[in-house]
Amino acid sequence: MRRHLTAYGFLSGALVVFALFSWYPIVRGVTLSFQQVNFVTAADWVGWSNFERLVNDPQFAIAWRNTIAFTAIALVLGFGVPFVTAVVLNELRHAKTYFRLVVYLPVMLPPVVTALLWKWFYDPGPGLFNTVLRGLGLPEGTWLDSGRIALVSLVVVATWANMGSATLIYLAALQTIPGELYEAAELDGAGVLQRIRHVTIPQTKFVLLMLALLQVVATMQVFTEPFIMTGGGPEDSTITVLLLLYRYAFVYNDFGTASALSLMLFTVLGVFSALYLRVTSREH
Amino acid sequence: MKKSAGLLVCLLTAACSGSAQDTGKVVISINGQPPQTQAFERKIFDEDVAEFERTHPDIDVQPHEGFMDPKTFSAKLAGGQLEDVFYVYFTDPAQLIARKQAADITEYTKDIPHYQEVRQELRDVFSANGKVYGVPTANYSMGLLYSRKVFQEAGLDPDQPPRTWDEVREKAKRIKENGKVGFAEYSKSNQGGWHFTTWMKSTGGDVTKDGKADFNNANGRKVLDTLHRMRWEDNSMGDKQLLELADVQTMMGAGQLGMYLAAPDNVPTIVNQFKGNYADYGLAGIPDGKGTLIGGEGYMINPKADQKKIKAGLTWLQWKYLNPDRIEPNLKRYQEQGQPIGLPVPPAADIWTGDVRAKQEELKAKYATVPTQNFQKYMDSTAKGSIEPPNAQQVYAILDSVMQGVLTNKDADRDQLLEDAEAKVNAVLVK
Repeated sequence: MRRHLTAYGFLSGALVVFALFSWYPIVRGVTLSFQQVNFVTAADWVGWSNFERLVNDPQFAIAWRNTIAFTAIALVLGFGVPFVTAVVLNELRHAKTYFRLVVYLPVMLPPVVTALLWKWFYDPGPGLFNTVLRGLGLPEGTWLDSGRIALVSLVVVATWANMGSATLIYLAALQTIPGELYEAAELDGAGVLQRIRHVTIPQTKFVLLMLALLQVVATMQVFTEPFIMTGGGPEDSTITVLLLLYRYAFVYNDFGTASALSLMLFTVLGVFSALYLRVTSREH
Repeated sequence: MKKSAGLLVCLLTAACSGSAQDTGKVVISINGQPPQTQAFERKIFDEDVAEFERTHPDIDVQPHEGFMDPKTFSAKLAGGQLEDVFYVYFTDPAQLIARKQAADITEYTKDIPHYQEVRQELRDVFSANGKVYGVPTANYSMGLLYSRKVFQEAGLDPDQPPRTWDEVREKAKRIKENGKVGFAEYSKSNQGGWHFTTWMKSTGGDVTKDGKADFNNANGRKVLDTLHRMRWEDNSMGDKQLLELADVQTMMGAGQLGMYLAAPDNVPTIVNQFKGNYADYGLAGIPDGKGTLIGGEGYMINPKADQKKIKAGLTWLQWKYLNPDRIEPNLKRYQEQGQPIGLPVPPAADIWTGDVRAKQEELKAKYATVPTQNFQKYMDSTAKGSIEPPNAQQVYAILDSVMQGVLTNKDADRDQLLEDAEAKVNAVLVK
């Protein structure tokens, strides 16, 4: 009993902190979704009207469409680029540490600094990209100023900023693959692509799936890049669910509707988190 | 253990309750105190607090730094940390009143000296359904800010700023030919919508009327056509778009921009931030001059404040901001410290009517330290000011897209932009 008491004692600290800073805000968020509050008088219970308001907001559908598009493009880029980079890094014979550091370096930059840096890269006048293109005599890009490519431009920034961690995880997974498998494949006459397809991918399947799910959960919460670089424009082409949520809470001061939107996002992300848990528990 | 816990509770409660009960004074917390980095403004503010407390021994003013920040406002209100007297921009009162987040001060206004001499349209910003919820302390309407230096470099007469949008276009073209950006416009962070509204008012229109969108018409089309021509035919608006206030002020401060729509408070900001010279800037009335958007600042009272605090708060506000007797001493203080006088900004905010306004103008000319003639065209403008639309921030968020569409897409279908935005604004207004 005494042993258990000590254990519960140690556990209680974590429980209190979780209850206060995680569970209570989650429960409060759910109740707020069904309330209108002004923080002066008692909250009004308004049923589903916050959700109705959201659904009638013309930017609601646009924000979801953009978020899904962002997640999909980020999945393709953020999945493929780090994987290929990891494979290349794994094959390197010289300056391994240097290149790993170079790939990981952007992760260490604060997200706001990354966004401001890329904002300058994308600047249509004196920006880096257009200056280089001008120098080469090539047509200049509109980057963030075009509704057609602004979202992709943001995905590139997010991928550049976050691919370091994924690359290192892939690299670690690649290094666990027994060398004999490659040797055997080589003896059977497999080329590089075949080795990747028949050895590398099957051997890293679990890590790939796990990172894909984590990536979906992370990129659906994209905020910093559109907030700092485009403000949701041009013509709402980069407004995301979290940016809309931010506007409801901190520009319109409508915490009820903001909470309703966060509850929707929470539910969607909950599905992916459940999938993730299922995948990881099955593997164990 | 129990004793020390009790002592701690006592200390905490003493610290929280303030000295009101002990001294018999009414303690009011106020914000709007300038930060330490603005040494002069801070010194003036602190001197005023000391002087007020000396002349009003029954009131203890506790100043806090900071102005209106919508991001923290609700949290401060919920946590009991909102000041008794709090600063607001003209964009805020309508929403705060609707949400019952400001005290009703109607019955106290009759006791505020000179309140009736404050411009009616400014008082209206703080009123709803016949009730009053705050007082305006400064006001500015939108005009055309231009760089006299850039005008001169482009061979333009800086004493003849444009009076119409056609003239703006012509002069912007000349400035562009001289290698600089002729005219800049916002299109991000709801500021594009804010300026589109100003454009609409300048042509005699508005963005809403009788609770419905009112920009999908000839006026709206004219605004977009002018912007489109300047951006894409004349190339006088620069390549970089999705601009906001700070970007444009930087361009102006760096001497890279000819003109933009602004209120007079932009002039000291640019001069101070970029170590510029007041003589290099000029302010004209809004082009076309059929109307303009008014903005400004004021104070409201915490809805949780009791009667005594409301009275004490209003006494402070009247003494500090709505006090014709302090206009001259204030101007003298500013002049002695080499501060700019002559702009329609504090300490000579353009909030008065009748004799008080005439007296203030006279004193402003007497103590002027900046070339007032550079700003006279703005003061002489007869454009009638009107306030922002209902649900301003949501409407502006939608209208940002209209500005973005025309400024970032050469082939933008302007009719479609207006039509889409009209449907969206109507959806927002109907709620």
